[in-house]
Amino acid sequence: MRVKVLSRNPDDYVRETKLDLQRVPRNYDPALHPFEVPREYTRALNATKLERVFAKPFLSSLDGHRDGVNCMAKHPKSLSTVLSGACDGEVKIWNLTKRQCIRTIQAHEGFVRGMCARFCGTSFFTVGDDKTVKQWKMESPEYGEEEEPIHTILGKTVYTGIDHHWKEAVFATCGHQVDIWDEQRTSPMCSLTWGFDSISSVKFNPIETYLLGSCASDRNIVLYDMRKSTPLKKVILNMRTNTLCWNPMEAFIFTAANEDYNLYTFDMRFLESPVMVHMDHVSAVLDVDYSPTGKEFVSASFDKSVRIFPVDKGHSREVYHTKRMQHVITVKWTSDNKYILCGSDEMNIRLWKANASEKLGVLAPREKAAMNYNQKLKEKFQYHPQIRRIAQHRHLPKSIFCQIKEQRIMREARRRKELNRRKHSKPGSMPFVSERKKHIVAVVK
Amino acid sequence: MAEDWLGVEAAVSASEGEDEGQEDGERRHQQLLEAVSSLSGRKRRKLAERTEASAQVSEFNVSCKGAGEKLVLSELLKPIRPKSALSSVKKELTRVKQKKAVELPLSKEEAKRVVREAAYVRTSKDVGKWQQVVLQNRRAEQLVFPLKQEIATVVPLEQVASAWKARTPLEQEIFGLLHKTQQPITDPLLTPEETASLQAMSLEEARQRRAELQKARVVQSYYEAKARREKKIKSKKYHRVLKRSKRRKALKEFELLHKSDPEAALARLEELEQLRMQERMSLKHQNKGKWARSRAVMAKYDLEARKAMQEQLAKNKELMQKVRVELPEEEPGDAPEEDLTSVTVPTIPAGASGANPWMLGKPSGPAEEPEVQEGLGDVAVPGAAESKEEMEEEEEVSEEEALLQDFAQKRHARQQRAGSPEGQGADETEAVSELPGDSPIHPVCAEEQASLGIEQPPRAQEEILLSEQLGRVRTMEDVEALASEERVEEQEKPAAARAEKRVQQQEKCKAGDTRAKKPPAKKKIISLQAVLAGKSQEVQCPSLPVVVEEEEGGFDQRGVITEAFAGDDVVADFRREKRKAEQAAKPQSVNLVLPGWGEWGGTGLKPSTKKIKRFLLKPPPAPPRKDQHLPHVIMSEQRNIHAAAHQVSELPFPFERHQQFEHSIRTPVGTTWNTQRAFQKLTAPRVITRAGHIIQPISAEDVPDVAAAAGGGAGPALEIAPKQQEHPFRRPRKRAR
Repeated sequence: MRVKVLSRNPDDYVRETKLDLQRVPRNYDPALHPFEVPREYTRALNATKLERVFAKPFLSSLDGHRDGVNCMAKHPKSLSTVLSGACDGEVKIWNLTKRQCIRTIQAHEGFVRGMCARFCGTSFFTVGDDKTVKQWKMESPEYGEEEEPIHTILGKTVYTGIDHHWKEAVFATCGHQVDIWDEQRTSPMCSLTWGFDSISSVKFNPIETYLLGSCASDRNIVLYDMRKSTPLKKVILNMRTNTLCWNPMEAFIFTAANEDYNLYTFDMRFLESPVMVHMDHVSAVLDVDYSPTGKEFVSASFDKSVRIFPVDKGHSREVYHTKRMQHVITVKWTSDNKYILCGSDEMNIRLWKANASEKLGVLAPREKAAMNYNQKLKEKFQYHPQIRRIAQHRHLPKSIFCQIKEQRIMREARRRKELNRRKHSKPGSMPFVSERKKHIVAVVK
Repeated sequence: MAEDWLGVEAAVSASEGEDEGQEDGERRHQQLLEAVSSLSGRKRRKLAERTEASAQVSEFNVSCKGAGEKLVLSELLKPIRPKSALSSVKKELTRVKQKKAVELPLSKEEAKRVVREAAYVRTSKDVGKWQQVVLQNRRAEQLVFPLKQEIATVVPLEQVASAWKARTPLEQEIFGLLHKTQQPITDPLLTPEETASLQAMSLEEARQRRAELQKARVVQSYYEAKARREKKIKSKKYHRVLKRSKRRKALKEFELLHKSDPEAALARLEELEQLRMQERMSLKHQNKGKWARSRAVMAKYDLEARKAMQEQLAKNKELMQKVRVELPEEEPGDAPEEDLTSVTVPTIPAGASGANPWMLGKPSGPAEEPEVQEGLGDVAVPGAAESKEEMEEEEEVSEEEALLQDFAQKRHARQQRAGSPEGQGADETEAVSELPGDSPIHPVCAEEQASLGIEQPPRAQEEILLSEQLGRVRTMEDVEALASEERVEEQEKPAAARAEKRVQQQEKCKAGDTRAKKPPAKKKIISLQAVLAGKSQEVQCPSLPVVVEEEEGGFDQRGVITEAFAGDDVVADFRREKRKAEQAAKPQSVNLVLPGWGEWGGTGLKPSTKKIKRFLLKPPPAPPRKDQHLPHVIMSEQRNIHAAAHQVSELPFPFERHQQFEHSIRTPVGTTWNTQRAFQKLTAPRVITRAGHIIQPISAEDVPDVAAAAGGGAGPALEIAPKQQEHPFRRPRKRAR
């Protein structure tokens, strides 16, 4: 005899693993769950506090250089490989997972001024104070082979920077002029000049790869087009720009690291005023690198700190510093958007988490859900004073803190003076100049 | 004039003669002669004429009519008579005169600037094609990086190792050893076991086989049970009928066999003969058995028993008789049942198993099917019951074998079908016919129908829950009309009541008023206007005359104010308000009495006073109010400073109105208030990255629009589709479970 019973889908009440919580049917009637805002507020507050508790961004430092680290390069195909060049002409290749140096090359005499990896990751280029451009194999020499560059190009002047094209066998160097080289030749394909000042850095656009940006010591940023081998436009700022970096997701956006403690994000189509002025550093900004998602960038400064800025915000969301870290000369954001590397004067390369309180490693699904929920709560209640206070609180070394205070006072004084001037002069004779336009001297066609 | 000219000429020639050498000697001589001759008396004027071509042409020989006239270039070009041919040349000449000189080339700097500007415009146009993509990415609710999902491929070891060579002495040594022992360096191909396991039955097949076996086992047990049940039946009639039907059946078959295959029939007959002989030898049916003996005892008294005995004897005789070999007369009917069945088994057609409910779906011969179903249909008819029983009997043994054969056939058919596309089609039709459940149409029939192109009656459509038609049963107009009617009725009721009441009040208050109105006619529908009119009437009556009187009375300000606020006592109101505030601020006593706890409870019963006294908690008195001694002041101490520290004091930036902000805060996010799915949606992160994946910069291949634009050149680059239909990198939505 068969007895028929009511049947239910076991998926509705049976848990998948014994580690899962029991599924309990739930009544979502809002009357049964009152005080949703206060409860969520409490959760948000706790989440914010925990975020600060777990904010331990520093992972490790890679030491081994015998002089200040002057430049770094990411490996385009391997996340665990990073190259660094020092002020004594030494190039080191690091394994980030083991946190070890896997190879050391005495590449140049004097500084290694710039380095870049080829887009395929098989070789890399270095330029140095000895007026040479050298191409090296990425793999270490095999048994019995000599540690020698593949090619060496002797130049007439010192090269101060180098960058490789993102798709073709072409690279660009800068010094007295911007030279574009074919890898197979020993003389440049073309030289781009505009004015006669030394150019400190040159960068290829990663999306529209024929575009180049350079910054020279006569305070200007120049854009070039490789197809026409002509410069495009020049924008002159108040002070010198040290480096620039193109946004990897937005073809026409680049950010320039300036000596006047600020970073300027430009739209290359409208150079008259920057899209955003990022101010928080208290000394010259020496290097900038975009996160591969194009949403944020990291900047290294002479004030011994590294800051992370959202692209669309004027102030940083994070500042990293340690007691021993000196002037940070170079900084890189790794290609998986997880880590930041910075090379500084005191011969160390430091590895930081890009998201200070992020838990490393594999997350369980429930952990992930909780993380997302906390993130959302923090976002939702970000305007509440207590939460904002906790979320924004950072400890800073005294020097930076004092300098920030000083800067604030100076800015306030300047503002007051301007106000007074405006008050005592003929109406309309003292026009308001927006912060963005203040720093631009001229745009030269 | 001529003399003058000549004189000049002479002078010139003289001077020239000195200057130039003897080359012109001849010429000069001639000239001199001429001059001299011209000096002679006669005023003869001889025009210098060139008569023959010579190498030396003197400019002096050229003459013109009027010696004093100035030579003009255009005249030289002009023909003697005006001719149209040269006018064009003249025009050109004038035009040439008017034309300015070519401008100087641009300076190097300027030229470069122009080039730069042009290049800049073009480049920014090229770059501008990303605008749409960038905006979309900025606005996107979720971005998943890397944009291109790379598929990791495993490179076989052989490929990787092919380029590699042993170099160091250690490596060489190791490889030497490996070669010496002939170890495989590269991966060998699949081992035999592996191939075997790969070729073994697939999961699907295994499942099928298992299901078939299960079915067979079930069927077997079913028939065993049935047989047992039938064995227990004691009804003689039943057995008699059974026997008879069996006999008949066997006979029929034998006849059939005789017709179709006489040799086999003969063989069969022989077999039967053998059986009969055995039977004869066995001495059954003689009166020696237990039953026979009992019958013999009973025969004296019982007619029935006697009959049975006689039958027995008759049978015995029959068996003992020698059988003649004439075929038609030969009757195997008397053969015992058990043997008969055992003999007839192989001849039972497979289709006979149709009575089995398990076998209803199997594809059997269409001709046999109806018979079976008939038999099923009229079980009640005794004649038919026999046939059914017969069949069941026969099935009993053969059923399982037949079943298994059938399964094998089916499987075979299925495999074939999977192979051929036609078979698939047939399968589909079968599936269709099976879909509606227990459809009366047999699969075979359905197939036939399909093959004939006859469409099935739309049965499936009948079973669809929604009835879809073109016309609406109830149109929107109807619904609206209905709604409006209802509304009007609703309005009417209260409005009418209100109007009536108001009118009555008016009548009361101004009893002497001449404008007394009669109550409104009791219309069924009262319009909104009517109601409004009633309201205005009420306002009119009392106020006007009063004000006029006061103005007449006197202009005292205080008096006016007191008059104006005659009705309301502000001070008293304030006092009342303060009292209320004081009351509200007083701490309330807490009642913790539980009725029925420790005593009887129920309706109409009150907890004892003792209990109330005990469980009514009186809070300590509040501290004295700050406005205790200020009669005109209410000081509220409601604001909680501790809470204020957590509250947002001003509207944050992106919000424009405080309602927006409040709304954003009010909607809860957590699982406590949302379903799992909603929670996942609400808490989806803005940017998703994968650990250990390199995020490459965006490229034209990632965005199909841009790629197309880039292919088209600069022109279409600006004409990117204004709106992309779908976000390029949006993550495909997870399916809800």
